[in-house]
Amino acid sequence: MALLEIRRVTRRFGALTAVDEVSLTIEAGEFFTLLGPSGCGKTTLLRMIAGFDLPDSGAIFLDGRDLVGTPPEKRPIHTVFQSYALFPHMTVSQNIAFPLKMAGKSLDEIQTKVKEALGQVHLEDKGGHLPHELSGGQKQRVALARSLVNRPRVLLLDEPLGALDAKLREEMQIELISLQRDVGVTFVFVTHAQSEALALSHRIAVMNEGRVIQLDEPSRIYGYPLNRFVADFIGKCNILEADVVEASPSGVTLQVKGLGKVTAPPREGAKAGERGVLALRPEQVRIGAPDSPHDLKNHFTGRVHDLLYIGDVTTYIVELPNGTRIEALLPNSAPGRATFFEAGDAVRVAWRHDAGNFLRD
Amino acid sequence: MRCASHGATMPGIFCVTRLGPETVTRWLVTGPPFLFLLVFFALPSLIMVVASFRYPGEFGGLAPLVAVRPGEDAGLTAENYGIFFGDWIYFQILLKSFGIALLTTLACLVMAYPLALLIARSPRRHRDFMVLLVVLPFASNFLVRVYAWMIILGDQSIFLRPFNYVLAHAGVEPLSLLFSRFAVIVGMVYVHLPFMILPLYTNLEKHDPVLLDAAQDLGANAWSRFWRVTFPLSLPGVFSGAALVFIPVLGMFAIPEILGGKDDWMVGNMIKEAFLGTRDWPFGSMLSIMLTLAVLAVAAAAAWLAKKGAARA
Amino acid sequence: MRRSWWLWWASLAVYAFLYVPLAIVVLFSFNDSKLNAEWVGFTWTWYETLFRDDAMLGAARNSLFIAVTASIAATVLGTMAGIAMHRYKPRLLPFMVLTPVAMPEILLGVSLLVFFISVFGEQSLSLGTVIIAHITFCIGFVAIIVRARLAGMDESIFEAARDLGATPWQTFRLVTLPLIMPGVIAGTLMSFTLSIDDFVITFFTTGAGVSTLPLQIYTMIKVAVTPEVNAVSTLLMALTLTLIVIASRLAPDALRGQG
Repeated sequence: MALLEIRRVTRRFGALTAVDEVSLTIEAGEFFTLLGPSGCGKTTLLRMIAGFDLPDSGAIFLDGRDLVGTPPEKRPIHTVFQSYALFPHMTVSQNIAFPLKMAGKSLDEIQTKVKEALGQVHLEDKGGHLPHELSGGQKQRVALARSLVNRPRVLLLDEPLGALDAKLREEMQIELISLQRDVGVTFVFVTHAQSEALALSHRIAVMNEGRVIQLDEPSRIYGYPLNRFVADFIGKCNILEADVVEASPSGVTLQVKGLGKVTAPPREGAKAGERGVLALRPEQVRIGAPDSPHDLKNHFTGRVHDLLYIGDVTTYIVELPNGTRIEALLPNSAPGRATFFEAGDAVRVAWRHDAGNFLRD
Repeated sequence: MRCASHGATMPGIFCVTRLGPETVTRWLVTGPPFLFLLVFFALPSLIMVVASFRYPGEFGGLAPLVAVRPGEDAGLTAENYGIFFGDWIYFQILLKSFGIALLTTLACLVMAYPLALLIARSPRRHRDFMVLLVVLPFASNFLVRVYAWMIILGDQSIFLRPFNYVLAHAGVEPLSLLFSRFAVIVGMVYVHLPFMILPLYTNLEKHDPVLLDAAQDLGANAWSRFWRVTFPLSLPGVFSGAALVFIPVLGMFAIPEILGGKDDWMVGNMIKEAFLGTRDWPFGSMLSIMLTLAVLAVAAAAAWLAKKGAARA
Repeated sequence: MRRSWWLWWASLAVYAFLYVPLAIVVLFSFNDSKLNAEWVGFTWTWYETLFRDDAMLGAARNSLFIAVTASIAATVLGTMAGIAMHRYKPRLLPFMVLTPVAMPEILLGVSLLVFFISVFGEQSLSLGTVIIAHITFCIGFVAIIVRARLAGMDESIFEAARDLGATPWQTFRLVTLPLIMPGVIAGTLMSFTLSIDDFVITFFTTGAGVSTLPLQIYTMIKVAVTPEVNAVSTLLMALTLTLIVIASRLAPDALRGQG
């Protein structure tokens, strides 16, 4: 039996449907992420799991028990809020002790558990401090410790890393993964940062406009996006309009607008004449000098229109004769060498016959 | 009606059945103050409105709504309003009150602005102290503040002696400032000045100094910078402060009574006289309703102007 | 920050305008002359007269009793109103709470006069009616301060408390109340000050035998002015000054938020 089951939950605000018949199950011990752009309903869904909002229809089951009618304080589910929500008038230790106090634990047990929690988030000597004396990252960790100290069945995290700067964010991501693994609590994580979702999760539910579009492991979502939205939202992607010329179990042949004939992996249900898009990841596009040898099925020539040097990789924007632009990613493996090609250079772009994806909208 | 702690707008029935304890808390918290004010504010106001349509009692107060003895005035009538609109003098006094209020407001604005500007531009750590200094005189009893001006403007006052000495030598009559319109205005300004300073300062504090730098960079001198940038942006604060001064002044009676002469009676004085002097309560109620309407009109105008000013900023 | 000299001078003049008249009142309370005209010599006479003046002492007792009672009641009701206005955003309550504060005082005074006598009879004006009147306009001040304090806080703190297992009552007791307490105390002090200093509303709602300090001062001003008025004014000023300073420490934004 799944730990948390969300069954056809719907929530409307006036004319707006924030959550539309969403169903999913979350297994015990997994790091599950709700990913989507602002307004897709992920936070609304989270709040309903926590008990701060009620579904208009549908139900939420924890360990098989319907949670309807159970107020937030009685649910064995805790939340890490985006603003951390630390009690400003209590010390770090008192903050962490709060849920234990509410559960009526003995003073001894509280003391032991608080000490253990502080150790787990590497804040052993900060117990007596007040929240305003801490840095953003430290507040973050106190919020985590506080929500985990009495081992809830599920921990909800509402974009907790949003306020941190890039470097701290990455450090916290790694800490979160190891924390979740050590403690074993099921995490339900909400974010709009797709790279974060890919890095942290066991499974991701990509949401848009109140619905779950795709639910899968990160690598499968990245490699086999279900539709144009997912392909575009996750990672970088070349999206090119394409019509199906021929479809067979071994692959589809597409007529890509502005490009020509392209082969792509097989797509279930694809029929000749169908209109859709070709989704091609920049790292799948090989870029080379116009006459260099290759054995790739799909190849075209063009000119480098622009390039973005990011240090470890460079993205080349290649313009083809008819105006179409394709992004190609090339690692800068030769140290000290800025780029392999300059703007204006003639280049050849190519990719495998089974790279890319034909997607519908 | 809202139920869950955030956001949701749900039909009332669903609220009660689905979030019982939440609704109970809400009524427990909202109820007592609401009930108290219903009984001791809303109800008296209503009674006053009705009272303005009644006859005065034989010995003062209100006549009964239903006639007890034959020949007695009873029931409702519009005669009080008739008196007001019938005799020019009442309207005159209302106009005079408006005039005094306007003068007071303008004087307060002129005096408050430099100080509010200074406080807003001072370093943060000084500001709270400077604001405190503005508020402290407010701590003194209102009558004391009026009384102070009795001392200063009185005929015996040592402060006026130099002026009168000079005037006497110039062959002009000595100034008798007390019990005059001038004294009333000075008193009004003195009592209400903090009410103009504070909203103005609150607004000016939020101005981005970069705007003035930009204006200067584009060639504006000090006066232009003030008139074209600072002042327009401060209009919401100006209107807030103006409302906070104008409205109370409109209803004042103590200051005209203490510092003014017979000629300086305002609406407030008439109301006081009606209730405690002649005991013609219906008439007093009617005057109070007129004052309320005047105040509402001013408040609405101030709100409208403030919104316009804010929209431009 | 730009600092122009004329701004300084104009401001100083305004500050002087605010304080000099009050300084004169205080000064002349020590003046050995019945007339508030010129300085003759230093004396404590007027303070002595004050403490022997039974009417004045009675009025002082009344003022204190009224202020303490009204401020406590207004604090309780005003805190509830402030919390209600912040959390539930009701439609009618803000209007009823804030109008007594915004309207000219005479309107409230007069309507309560009519109300009490119409409903409770001719003799009903008393200490009680004054207290009720004071509570009515003090509620608004407390509510404004409490609401401002709540508005400045991170909303998720209260949700976090419930999320971690606290019932709504526990949330209020352990989280909300400690956090709004400075505002609540500031509100009590402000109510106390307003009540002690109130003249207009008290004037209309007081009964025959009930006098308060401001009413006494008024009578003295109108009937026979002696520097005893200065003395009582000075003492009153000292009291309310202290209270306002304390209140400003506890809720610095409240003073600006007024209006």
